[in-house]
Amino acid sequence: MKAFEYRAPRSLSEAVALLAEKGEKARPLAGGTDLIVQLRGGRLDLDFVVDIKWIPELNQLSYDPASGLTIGAAVPCYRIYEDPVIRRVYPGLVDAASIIGGIGIQGRATWGGNLCNSSPSGDTIPALMVLGATCTIAGPNGTRTVPVEQFCTAPGRNVLRRGEMLVSFHIPVPLPHSGAYYLRFIPRNEMDIAVVGAGASVVLSNDLSTITAARIALGAVAPTPLLAESAGNALIGKRISDETIAEAARLAQQAARPITDMRGTIAQRRHLVGVLTKRALHGAIERAQKGASHAH
Amino acid sequence: MPTKVHVTAKINGDEVEFLCEPRQSLLECLRDILNLTGTKEGCNDGNCGACSVLLNGRLVNSCLVLGVEIDGQEVTTVEGLAGARELHPLQQVFLEHAALQCGICTPGFLVAAKALLDRYPHPSEEQIRFWLAGNLCRCTGYDKIVRAVMDAAKKLSQRTGEVHP
Repeated sequence: MKAFEYRAPRSLSEAVALLAEKGEKARPLAGGTDLIVQLRGGRLDLDFVVDIKWIPELNQLSYDPASGLTIGAAVPCYRIYEDPVIRRVYPGLVDAASIIGGIGIQGRATWGGNLCNSSPSGDTIPALMVLGATCTIAGPNGTRTVPVEQFCTAPGRNVLRRGEMLVSFHIPVPLPHSGAYYLRFIPRNEMDIAVVGAGASVVLSNDLSTITAARIALGAVAPTPLLAESAGNALIGKRISDETIAEAARLAQQAARPITDMRGTIAQRRHLVGVLTKRALHGAIERAQKGASHAH
Repeated sequence: MPTKVHVTAKINGDEVEFLCEPRQSLLECLRDILNLTGTKEGCNDGNCGACSVLLNGRLVNSCLVLGVEIDGQEVTTVEGLAGARELHPLQQVFLEHAALQCGICTPGFLVAAKALLDRYPHPSEEQIRFWLAGNLCRCTGYDKIVRAVMDAAKKLSQRTGEVHP
């Protein structure tokens, strides 16, 4: 690995100042499960590695029944799936946190890192999108917020400008009778990268028979993780039925723009989008009906 | 040229100080600076688990941790498992079940299994298989390893007077 300098600032302003000063030659380090691999492989050429794990804002994990959930960008996967409140209120996040790498990766890999790595197949990203998560970004000119679905711009690229860093995610309180679910297809049981990922969230009517709002998000089928808005919108006002769900799955297939690569072909991926969208919707509906994600 | 950084950490219960370059992984620091060569290098990119250690009690791949990151932290390596006179029950059952052949993956499996049993003293077979999914073995096969961990869980709970369900 090429030599670099290491800094571990204790405050956000210190980290932003370092990143702004060093520009392209500096990157934040959180769990290191992407960054260290990229440095070692020569895909990144840095003079400065800025360890952001010691900044309090990046380690927040707090739920407020009035305002929702805040996840610091440096929170690793295990803190998500071990948190009793998240398990109860946001099981769709637990779905994603539990399948990234093995236990050793989950001990380090962070939610902010997964988004900032901006891989089309990042498992946390569709799970965040369907819950309407927003990102708080800090930079030399203050902070701004960006919806998760607008963060990634191309494989490995995102909206962060010079000196900016992701600080945290905010996720609203789930509405009554709502549920979310994420799953992916991989050719083995664990320790793999999604061929396709699909997340869904639904809000149901009081009698639990009709969908009043829905979001569907897809991974690994476009240059960025993709919010399939038309597929989600098609469910609004529809009674829950196999036909309704099949129609949403068909629209998700239309929204997908997959490529053929070592993990799968265009045809296989398009087929999987249909299958996984249906399964994600069934999972989300089941949770909504059971009240799994009810906030109180 | 970046200068070396002074790191103080607790490794296997002992206060340790060393100098390393920021680019050196925890794995390199353990093996090449501290002469703790029990931890093995396999893939060096987080896939094989041969370099597994506990960082503040959490299982991590030491090839994906920088040595400088452990300043002020606690690390347990495979050298920290055995007591002064006896092997750790996991090490003993790995021998009894012949859960190793070439042995390169063994330290990683032992540390990952310890992480599991520290948290879940009575794991199911499925749980064991998921917790060890980040550790690759290319000769023994996983069955003997899984059986050994199940046996260790039983022996450890007998030792502490718990009933194995």
